[in-house]
Amino acid sequence: AGPAETKNEAAMSELVPEPRQKPVVPMKPVGINASLLGYIGIDTIIEQMRKKTMKTGFDFNIMVVGQSGLGKSTLVNTLFKSQVSRKSSGWNREEKIPKTVEIKAIGHVIEEGGVKMKLTVIDTPGFGDQINNENCWEPIEKYINEQYEKFLKEEVNIARKKRIPDTRVHCCLYFISPTGHSLRPLDLEFMKHLSKVVNIIPVIAKADTMTLEEKTEFKQRVRKELEVNGIEFYPQKEFDEDLEDKTENDKIRQESMPFAVVGSDKEYQVNGKRVLGRKTPWGIIEVENLSHCEFALLRDFVIRTHLQDLKEVTHNIHYETYRAKRLNDNGGLPPMTVETEENHESNL
Amino acid sequence: QPAQFTNPETPGYVGFANLPNQVHRKSVKKGFEFTLMVVGESGLGKSTLINSLFLTDLYPERLIPGAADKIERTVQIEASTVEIEERGVKLRLTVVDTPGYGDAINCRDCFKTIIAYIDEQFERYLHDESGLNRRHIIDNRVHCCFYFISPFGHGLKPLDVEFMKAIHNKVNIVPVIAKADTLSLKERERLKKRILDEIEEHGIKIYHLPDAESDEDEDFKEQTRLLKASIPFCVVGSNQLIEAKGKKVRGRLYPWGVVEVENPEHNDFLKLRTMLITHMQDLQEVTQDLHYENFRSERLKRGGRLKIEDEEVNKDQILLEKEAEVR
Repeated sequence: AGPAETKNEAAMSELVPEPRQKPVVPMKPVGINASLLGYIGIDTIIEQMRKKTMKTGFDFNIMVVGQSGLGKSTLVNTLFKSQVSRKSSGWNREEKIPKTVEIKAIGHVIEEGGVKMKLTVIDTPGFGDQINNENCWEPIEKYINEQYEKFLKEEVNIARKKRIPDTRVHCCLYFISPTGHSLRPLDLEFMKHLSKVVNIIPVIAKADTMTLEEKTEFKQRVRKELEVNGIEFYPQKEFDEDLEDKTENDKIRQESMPFAVVGSDKEYQVNGKRVLGRKTPWGIIEVENLSHCEFALLRDFVIRTHLQDLKEVTHNIHYETYRAKRLNDNGGLPPMTVETEENHESNL
Repeated sequence: QPAQFTNPETPGYVGFANLPNQVHRKSVKKGFEFTLMVVGESGLGKSTLINSLFLTDLYPERLIPGAADKIERTVQIEASTVEIEERGVKLRLTVVDTPGYGDAINCRDCFKTIIAYIDEQFERYLHDESGLNRRHIIDNRVHCCFYFISPFGHGLKPLDVEFMKAIHNKVNIVPVIAKADTLSLKERERLKKRILDEIEEHGIKIYHLPDAESDEDEDFKEQTRLLKASIPFCVVGSNQLIEAKGKKVRGRLYPWGVVEVENPEHNDFLKLRTMLITHMQDLQEVTQDLHYENFRSERLKRGGRLKIEDEEVNKDQILLEKEAEVR
């Protein structure tokens, strides 16, 4: 339509809307409350998905990072109630500290309630143990990126596998030494670098060394330090999907984390029950007792409520970030190869 | 024969058996000086333990730096002196702290400052000893170094080994494991054994308690045996009074129980304290007879003027100084 010649005509054209063009994009769907009209059966999709997951099982890869002796192996064994860590896989505890950071991945299949989980525990012996620990996070960052690269290569194949084996690190538990003072410079450096490529969950190890007051103070101080240094640990604020998520995660971020945990693979009798714990001359520390330590909170968080989300954030955020960088950097994706028997790599 | 030296009951009694009492009385009048150095990573319980040992608060206005502050920090030497008096006996205790040790990402230069400090005290003493006026030589030499080993590890860390090897010929090392309440009794035994094995493996010389003399009483001999068998000491420090079993004790209150500092079944605190007190004299002697003499012979062999704070003093100045001293 041409420009309005008089003021009146302009005013008129405002009142009469121009004929709307046919929308190219489908309109926003109108919500229908199905139950008012009778049962359709859409909700059974949840059951269908559940059955599918049970049949196929799923991969979960958890990495543990921290100085030697902070109880990483014991904690992972306690988390999954099985001997899944490096310590239990024939590794001699009298072994010397390696001179450089090593990456050791051990896979197990755990079954519960008909659901199969292929769990891989990735240990990082040597981290933070040397006199000079400069850049000791680099081998870890390299490993994580290598898994993204592996996945990317599979994704761009012409003949893709139906289910790409997922060796990407879904969760990295970072063990903070319970000094009661503050974080160490190495903790800051590690988390600064790695929180951008992987989900980091900081935990305070061997928390039975602190009284309740000391624990609360230390947690507050650590949270503050992480905030001041711009370190976003999982669950990251920017990935909260809706208000419900945000409320739940806010509470975890601001009150519970970092979880102050105690691990144990030994059982003792307490009040007629057998519990996992640590025996000392002044009492038995019960690992799953919330008034003793926060192990149960960590376990529920990682396994019972946020397991799927950890995988999703890894896939949708961290992996995509890596992929986008790769696309921009080398001017293209890795060369496409046709999967043949010869170049098929065996998975972990 | 001088009348006052004869005891009518024992003919031939001279009376010099009284000498130890005289020495004792003089020492008590003079008081004791002792310098204790404390080394270990942040957060291993050093300050709490020192405060517990000497029932004092050596660090009243302490600010704990955050990790970001620690990134640029180098190792500092901080000495605090406190005078403790007990039953007429005065102890002038100097605690030398080494904040920053073990905190940096790269700890390669961690021990330079500490070794320089120890050497500087030896140098100063050597200088004073060679001076004309030797009446009031102040002994600031480090008589003992408590080296704190982390209770969270599986034994010695590379830094522990390197540091102890660098100072074991300069100072008496007493390895200590604080925050011992993080370990069960079995874990403690395992850790102690592991550490002793590693100390032997790396040829680290730690302070050895002298065996009890054959003429000492059985109790003392047994006590010495027990002390020797407990090294390295696993201790818990605290100055908080907690109610336990109806009385107030120094301890730490957990949801699962109370750890008592002075309960020998809970930790080795009493043993460490006993060792330090009963061997203060020996620690000083070994410092003088072994470590200082080592330093002195090396130093004199090396030659060169005795430098105090990097100042080369020329001959005329020395003469002037000596004259002033005599006056």
